[in-house]
Amino acid sequence: MSKFQFPESIRSRPVYGTLEPRPGKAHLMIADAEGAEALLDLAAQDASIFRAAHIIYIPKATGETYVDRLKALEPAQFYVGPTYEASVQRIRRVLSDAHMGLQVYLTGTEGLMGQAQNEAMTAGIPHSAIQTEHRGSVARRMQCVHCKGITEDVMTDPFVCSHCGLNLFVRDHYSRRLAAFQGVRVDAEDPGNVPEPVELYK
Amino acid sequence: MSAAPQKAKAGAEKIEVEVSAIVPLNDLVTRFEFTRRDGLPFPPFSAGAHTVVEMNDDGRTRLNPYSLMSDPADSSKYAISVRRDDEGRGGSLFMHRKVKVGDAMTITYPVNLFPLDLRGRKHVFLAGGIGITPFMAMIAHLERMGGAWELHYACRSEALGTYVDELTSRHPNKVHVYYDDKKQAIALEDLLDGQPLGTHVYVCGPQGMIQWVHKTAAAHGWPDENVHSEEFLAPQPGKPFEVRLCKSDIVIQVGEHESLLEAIERCGVEAPFLCRGGACGQCETDVVEADGEFIHRDHWLDDDEHASGKKIMPCVSRFVGKTLVLDR
Repeated sequence: MSKFQFPESIRSRPVYGTLEPRPGKAHLMIADAEGAEALLDLAAQDASIFRAAHIIYIPKATGETYVDRLKALEPAQFYVGPTYEASVQRIRRVLSDAHMGLQVYLTGTEGLMGQAQNEAMTAGIPHSAIQTEHRGSVARRMQCVHCKGITEDVMTDPFVCSHCGLNLFVRDHYSRRLAAFQGVRVDAEDPGNVPEPVELYK
Repeated sequence: MSAAPQKAKAGAEKIEVEVSAIVPLNDLVTRFEFTRRDGLPFPPFSAGAHTVVEMNDDGRTRLNPYSLMSDPADSSKYAISVRRDDEGRGGSLFMHRKVKVGDAMTITYPVNLFPLDLRGRKHVFLAGGIGITPFMAMIAHLERMGGAWELHYACRSEALGTYVDELTSRHPNKVHVYYDDKKQAIALEDLLDGQPLGTHVYVCGPQGMIQWVHKTAAAHGWPDENVHSEEFLAPQPGKPFEVRLCKSDIVIQVGEHESLLEAIERCGVEAPFLCRGGACGQCETDVVEADGEFIHRDHWLDDDEHASGKKIMPCVSRFVGKTLVLDR
């Protein structure tokens, strides 16, 4: 099962919903890994929207698991990319060519949804009009508040910043602009006193 | 909707003004310009704001909201354009017939319930009749900052096309006028199609037009956040009814031609308000007890709140029945 119920947290923490078909002239769907399941569920509600859909899919570790099933939805355009970074040029191009009446559906990991939401907002869509549904890994995209470097796919708390090497505590404090949670040095007062890393939500 | 912030005093702060010019524009619409009696500059306002004009009509106080249509950058004067409504409650007739240049009047500080969303990439204005007024200020603002906009303006006829000449001569490529008597109509669906991402649409006009725009835009996949509207409701007459105000401990009568809010004020009870047109939420009042039927007419409370019988907007809504007790 790819669904995970996040515990209630501070207001800053993003809350995700369940994708639903909405009227629109075009439908942009961006998903990674198990996010494909949310698109398949969306198609079960209304397969007709896929006639005007552009799917941008990044399988990550799921490989070919979902690719054929997504293709079978017969979207107007279907792109499979190796990483989010490799897909971002395409996402920007699609958004710059888009018009009002575009519906945006984001699903998969928090890092994917946050970054793609950022692109859609930059293109002029209010964040509240962008649909999201979390599926798959609960790994987080973290920003080190000290060196500002971003560490992707963080699975433990605390973790080591991939840029400056500090031991960082995983906070729920989120930046929509950076599409990242904030990581704060865990042993600032007592250097070297770092708690044993625990897997997130375990 | 969430509760509006409550202010200590009823209404916005007031400004003492003098009528500096009265400019008839056509058979129905006249512009009134105000300067400050104390000689100070007017407070700056954001395009889309309105002011409530206080009228002393033979001892009866009328308070009507009008959109400020002068250039927001001009702090030397405020201007409103008033359409005469011969069937209305008399506020616009008072402005047209009784107000003279040099008269002293009182207006409120501007309040904006219809602001531009300046994050917008492009602004599409849809005006019906006198609904043109807020767009006059918005256009002045966007022209100054180089914002992208276009106006689609539906009027009854050329003779009643308020500001059409001024707008089309200044902005020939951005202003599109449609005359009812020539069977011209805004091609809304075509207009919504193909607008760039980040476009906002604003509509001011009759209720039917506002609903048409909201409905059509939603069906075309436009987010609600990108569709803005303003409609001031005038209170409608209705059967007189009796209300008990439990905090003030008085029983008041609401006449056929006055609103509940006006009756409350007439009886000396200070009640909060801003727009007096069912839009801003300031006058929201708790119902303590009711045996009868509410006639809700506001845009503020949602359907559930209307059905609950627990709240009323006294500026535009009425009551028919035996008992009504309000927490005021």
